[in-house]
Amino acid sequence: MSTATTIRRTALNETMRKYGGKMVDFHGWELPIQFAGILKEHAAVRTSAGIFDVSHMGQVFVTGADAFKLLQKTNANDLRKATPGKGVYSHVTNENAGLVDDIIAFCLAPDRYLVIVNATTSTKDFEWFKAQGAKMHVKVENKSDDYSMVAIQGPNVPKMFEPFVPEALKLPRFGIVEKDIMGEHCFVSRTGYTGEDGFEITAPHSIIDKLWEKAMELGKPYGIVPCGLGARDTLRLESGYLLYGQDVDDVHTTYEAGYGWVVSLDKGDFIGRNVLAGQKTDGVKRRLTGLTLTGGVPRPGCKVFVDGKQVGELASATYSPTLKKGIGVGYITPPDLKPGAPLEVEIHGKKVKAEVSRMPFHKGTAFSKNLYTGA
Amino acid sequence: MPKPEEARYTKTHEWFHPGAEASVGISDHAQHEMGDVVFVELPKVGQKLEKEKPCAVVESVKSAFDIYSPVSGEVTAVNEAVTGDPALLNQSPLENGWLFKLKPSNPAESATLMDWTAYQDFIKQAAH
Repeated sequence: MSTATTIRRTALNETMRKYGGKMVDFHGWELPIQFAGILKEHAAVRTSAGIFDVSHMGQVFVTGADAFKLLQKTNANDLRKATPGKGVYSHVTNENAGLVDDIIAFCLAPDRYLVIVNATTSTKDFEWFKAQGAKMHVKVENKSDDYSMVAIQGPNVPKMFEPFVPEALKLPRFGIVEKDIMGEHCFVSRTGYTGEDGFEITAPHSIIDKLWEKAMELGKPYGIVPCGLGARDTLRLESGYLLYGQDVDDVHTTYEAGYGWVVSLDKGDFIGRNVLAGQKTDGVKRRLTGLTLTGGVPRPGCKVFVDGKQVGELASATYSPTLKKGIGVGYITPPDLKPGAPLEVEIHGKKVKAEVSRMPFHKGTAFSKNLYTGA
Repeated sequence: MPKPEEARYTKTHEWFHPGAEASVGISDHAQHEMGDVVFVELPKVGQKLEKEKPCAVVESVKSAFDIYSPVSGEVTAVNEAVTGDPALLNQSPLENGWLFKLKPSNPAESATLMDWTAYQDFIKQAAH
């Protein structure tokens, strides 16, 4: 958790204000909640292109002969999937299989990794990696303060980027390329938090304004719009992506979060493996379950009922602009409710009918199989 | 429906247009602060409302907002159009986006509400 007493501003702060961003305090970071409006921004990303300042995200570099060993020890996913030029989405697990963080670990070279971590957890992650690697031949560096980051997301983003970063188009989903842009060393990855195709660029502060303006210029024919945290949240929740601190934390496990595909029990030992192996055999008592509502807008904390009995509460919930109804996820017991199963959600003291949904709620272009194979 | 200058306003950003059948809605400032409105829950016709008590809910993508009745009275009509198309509150907060009409039970209450000029000053002060 952030304990920041003074608000932190990203290098793009003035640019965000110039574009009309409505600035809010997000865990100690001043970031735009919206520009033209959440629905417009959401629609732009789903149908064409949007750009986000995500400079609050952290960058931890892990280098040295034991870089792979350290990441393999601290991650539930198998880092062998991250061959040079590729990344894996993974959960950094503690001894109880709770999450230290959810991250993307990119392999830049066999002895050099870039780990993209959450803003609120970057210091915690850095300390965790350092402690776990204390007896290894490895250097862990928290470079979060040295880099800005923008996410350019939407189905039209790859073709819009072709004249600017041609090699980005060849990247598969989760691919990464190091490239000098505007004279500075940058990292371009085919990743994002919206469920749409697109890129995230990690760049030094010195060029980030110019990079933003360049993306706006490239995206102009496609109607690119600046997007805020509001649209980022509706887009990620529709896509079933987890928000650390809200959907997952130091207590809930990867299996409980319904992210079993992240766990690689057969890769060898890693922190928390025993607990996860036990849950694999015995099952979990609660599971992060998606649901859609017939009316109203659910919010985090809303209680969920089955047959009048409380079965959990919502961790994340909002109005889905794509489905045009309320959606949410919450830890529900029993953990094995099937899609279509009836539930009720209490909103402002009234119970609203809901049903269990398949996840994700919506599959954008990022879910296209071709993106993963590079076809 | 009123021109903005003809309505009276609450500190909670509702507008009130007096008359035999008075109407209530949210101010342009309010809709702007809320962002995209996606759900509206209105009182029922015949429901008795009390001044400054919650009587409706407006939900934007971001958050839920209680609507407080500017005066006491009985609801005589509700705007079904806004429950079907909540974006009307953003597009036309003072006309097509009205919320309900009511028969005030104590017409003197409306004297406590701000006029347009006072409301403009109130918004400016709240921003500081």
